[in-house]
Amino acid sequence: MLNTKKYVPWLYILPAIFLLFFFLVYPSINTIYISFFNFNSEIFVGIENYLYCFTNEIMLNSFKNNALWVILFVPITVFLGLIIAVLLDRVKYESWIKSIIFMPMAISFVGAGVIWKFVYAYRPASAAQTGILNALRMAFQLEPIPWLIIRPWLNNFCLIVVGIWIWTGFCMVILSASYKGIPRELLEAARVDGASEFKVFWQITLPLMKPTLAVVATTMTINVLKIFDIVYVMTNGNYNTEVIANRMYKEMFIFRNYGRASAIAVILLVLIIPMIVINIQRFREQEGIR
Amino acid sequence: MFKRLILLVSVISLISIFSLGVLGASSVTVLGTWTGAEEEAFNQMVAPFESQTGIDVKFTGTRDLPAVLTAQVEAGSPPDLSALPNPGQMAEFARAGKLVDLSTFMDMKVLGSDYSPTWLDLGSYEGKLFGVFISADLKSLVWYSPKAFAQGGYAVPKTWDEMLALSDQMVKEGKTPWAIGFESGAASGWPGTDWIEDIMLRTVEPEVYDLWVSHGISWLDERVKRAFEIFGQIALNEKYVYGGPNAILTINFGDSPDALFTTPPNAYMHRQATFIKSFILDHNPQLVPGEDFDFFPLPPIDAKLGTPALGAADLFAAFKNTPEAQALIKYIASPEAQEIWVGKLGKLSANKRVNPAAYPDDLTRKAAKILSEASTFRFDGSDLMPSAVGAGSFWTGVLDYVSGVRLDNVLMTIEASALDAYRK
Amino acid sequence: MKRPVSPFTRLPLHLVIIFIAFIWLLPSVGLLITSFRGSAEVASSGWWSVFQHPFNFTYFTLENYYQVISRIGMGRAFLNTLYITIPSTIIPILIASLAAYAFAWMDFPGRRFLFVLLVGLLVVPLQMTLIPILRVFNKFGLAGTFPGIWLAHTGYGLPLIIYLLYNFISGLPSELFDSSSIDGAGHLQVFTKIVLPLSIPALASVTIFQFLWVWNDLLVALVYLGGTPDVAPMTVRISALVGSYGQDWELLTAAAFVSMALPLVLFLSLQRYFVRGILAGAVKG
Repeated sequence: MLNTKKYVPWLYILPAIFLLFFFLVYPSINTIYISFFNFNSEIFVGIENYLYCFTNEIMLNSFKNNALWVILFVPITVFLGLIIAVLLDRVKYESWIKSIIFMPMAISFVGAGVIWKFVYAYRPASAAQTGILNALRMAFQLEPIPWLIIRPWLNNFCLIVVGIWIWTGFCMVILSASYKGIPRELLEAARVDGASEFKVFWQITLPLMKPTLAVVATTMTINVLKIFDIVYVMTNGNYNTEVIANRMYKEMFIFRNYGRASAIAVILLVLIIPMIVINIQRFREQEGIR
Repeated sequence: MFKRLILLVSVISLISIFSLGVLGASSVTVLGTWTGAEEEAFNQMVAPFESQTGIDVKFTGTRDLPAVLTAQVEAGSPPDLSALPNPGQMAEFARAGKLVDLSTFMDMKVLGSDYSPTWLDLGSYEGKLFGVFISADLKSLVWYSPKAFAQGGYAVPKTWDEMLALSDQMVKEGKTPWAIGFESGAASGWPGTDWIEDIMLRTVEPEVYDLWVSHGISWLDERVKRAFEIFGQIALNEKYVYGGPNAILTINFGDSPDALFTTPPNAYMHRQATFIKSFILDHNPQLVPGEDFDFFPLPPIDAKLGTPALGAADLFAAFKNTPEAQALIKYIASPEAQEIWVGKLGKLSANKRVNPAAYPDDLTRKAAKILSEASTFRFDGSDLMPSAVGAGSFWTGVLDYVSGVRLDNVLMTIEASALDAYRK
Repeated sequence: MKRPVSPFTRLPLHLVIIFIAFIWLLPSVGLLITSFRGSAEVASSGWWSVFQHPFNFTYFTLENYYQVISRIGMGRAFLNTLYITIPSTIIPILIASLAAYAFAWMDFPGRRFLFVLLVGLLVVPLQMTLIPILRVFNKFGLAGTFPGIWLAHTGYGLPLIIYLLYNFISGLPSELFDSSSIDGAGHLQVFTKIVLPLSIPALASVTIFQFLWVWNDLLVALVYLGGTPDVAPMTVRISALVGSYGQDWELLTAAAFVSMALPLVLFLSLQRYFVRGILAGAVKG
């Protein structure tokens, strides 16, 4: 590290700190405060809003669904993103395929909702199908099924697939940038020594990419806790597909219960504590290297 | 490179600061849910007002109105005027002291003669007028194809039993009587609540309906349960509904009536409000209103209750008491403005003085007549309930019921949320 | 150095890649084809049915695109979007790269606490911040102004950008900093002469994402800026194409492609910064 005067670091971080406090810390404190009040923030109700969150059936169902999202969405997006990034490095048409995988990120969520309508659409068996999945089923002499209605697994899987389709591009871009940062000499040396491609990937590439993988996994986990727009446009949480953030949006803007919406937001904040712990460890490791 | 970026940023900031400096002095901001053709109609409606008064009407139409309005009102910078999603929301804002009492500057005598007491009551909270209605939609209609009916030798049913008998006859002939679709994105389920409300109005006294809306009777009440069951006799009957319950849940309400106009028809009847006409014409531009498609009033169930009308309406309220806002809301309440608005959109006017000739076709005039002559008129109940029920558990409940959840469980879930929501 | 590879051993690789790309592209192809179809056809048959008569152009129409471009008043909305998007991308990346560098290579009290806070802030749902922030904006006259929305997007984007850039910058080899320190270079020099040039791949990726989020944002623009045509960005105009009951939703198919064009061009043009071995020379030198 460079030696420097004490005030210098603050010159670098103060603009960020100031904006973060104003736009995120201050509203969060405000949120914590009003989570202890009633719907219009007039009467102190103690932990009543929290009790509601942990007893209400729909809320409990949201926690379950978010857990399902974390279990499926995070590993799959990170894994696919990694595989695609590594494979694409070997072909000449890399940037075109990358654009295809990245494209869903560029589509607004309303657009994405329309796109997936043409995948999951259901029409009675006697009519022409407008959704490609049911058209495929019909081609194989199977009855069309209402993908987004069948609870509790199929419809949640269908929503998670949409999430994966959108976010794999994000993982790919970040992981690809990191993969390209690995010195080629390292990989070539191993190959010359006769290591198989798989071994090179497993023993050299992966360990070197570990910090970035952790970052991408953290980002995806947090992203999934906040997942909202996909559910909002496709099922709005009906048929047991509710998620925490959609519930928060409803309580806030549709039901206008600020106390409850705030309590849900605070629960979101608490839920990421495990992610914070993992990241502190990483932060320490990083310091240890120096 | 960074120097260039910084230069770019500063140039852009300067341009935008200057471009904001030229805003007109006399203007009124309006927030509404109207988008697309409705936004155009709104702008056409206020165009004469703008040219007469020189006041600039700045309209923002967004279907995200609940979020935007909530944020702006709570932050203390509401629009001058805003459309409100429903009278329930109006009452909430009025109670919180956010709305302007319109009776302080509007001519109540003129309003009293222009509007029926129903509309004025719905726009009032604790005796003060906070909202005016600009247009209405009639919901208790069954759409059908007169040609398909003639071909099958079917007569328009006059009672609920006749309607069910007709349905049975169609089933016997190997046809499917009903087209129903409840999918509506984030608002899925609302067409189902209209069914329940219409059936409630036809099976209980209007006063009981009001009690139900204000949670004076429980959702577990036998009368509520009966309304769901009558609805279930149609909706849960695989043979009655094109595609069965799965189609009800997945087909968009706007696509649903298309089943009436295929050859041969996939279905023959479709219960929906007046506005569905624009969907039918959009998907089937060759159809002629009144000839290729028409409607009959949803028939009565209990003869002594007559044929009641269920409706919804577009509501306007003022958040700021500026002279410009006053002028605009006076204009919007007037028949001159509403004739433009309903003429463009085929909605029904709330103002009695609106000339029926302003309506675009006979079909709309017929609906206006049904609305004005109805023995009983009631506002869409789900719009009057607290939104946690009316835009929450009631929507979800109807969907759950159609998807096969036991009725007792459905009603218990709604009742639980109602107990919680009406408390506030 | 490279071992000779026969084209056949690489065939599975190509097949896997093309298969993945096909799956990813399929839903969007459906949207693209739908955007050229009329609403009656869309409601009655699947988009793939066009392949039964691919050269019969009477089944295709440009009506959706025509409607979208004429009705959103593209000129003004497009300019507004650029006014919003460009500063809202550049400002947070400037501020974040400074902060990420400080977190990675400077020592100051409270550094760990602030880092924890940063990760924690990633999860703050922006819907909860709208009301308190708008209140302050009203006080300072920032509501309804472009600088207001630049600040807002900066604030919301900062945690993730700092977090991603920190990961990259902290991974730079420490020898870089040792040798600079011997050369007597100050932090500012190290930052501008070494860190920034070496971080170009990372900067390019965060630029893309921040740009996209701002470009596709609807709620922040509506709340802080309003939706009147003089300030409304494309997203606001596009969402207003559809009627309040969802009429004319098929216009969204064309709108999705119209609004996707520029981000995709940006992505393709930034591709050249995602190059391998940018660090290779730096460490040795």
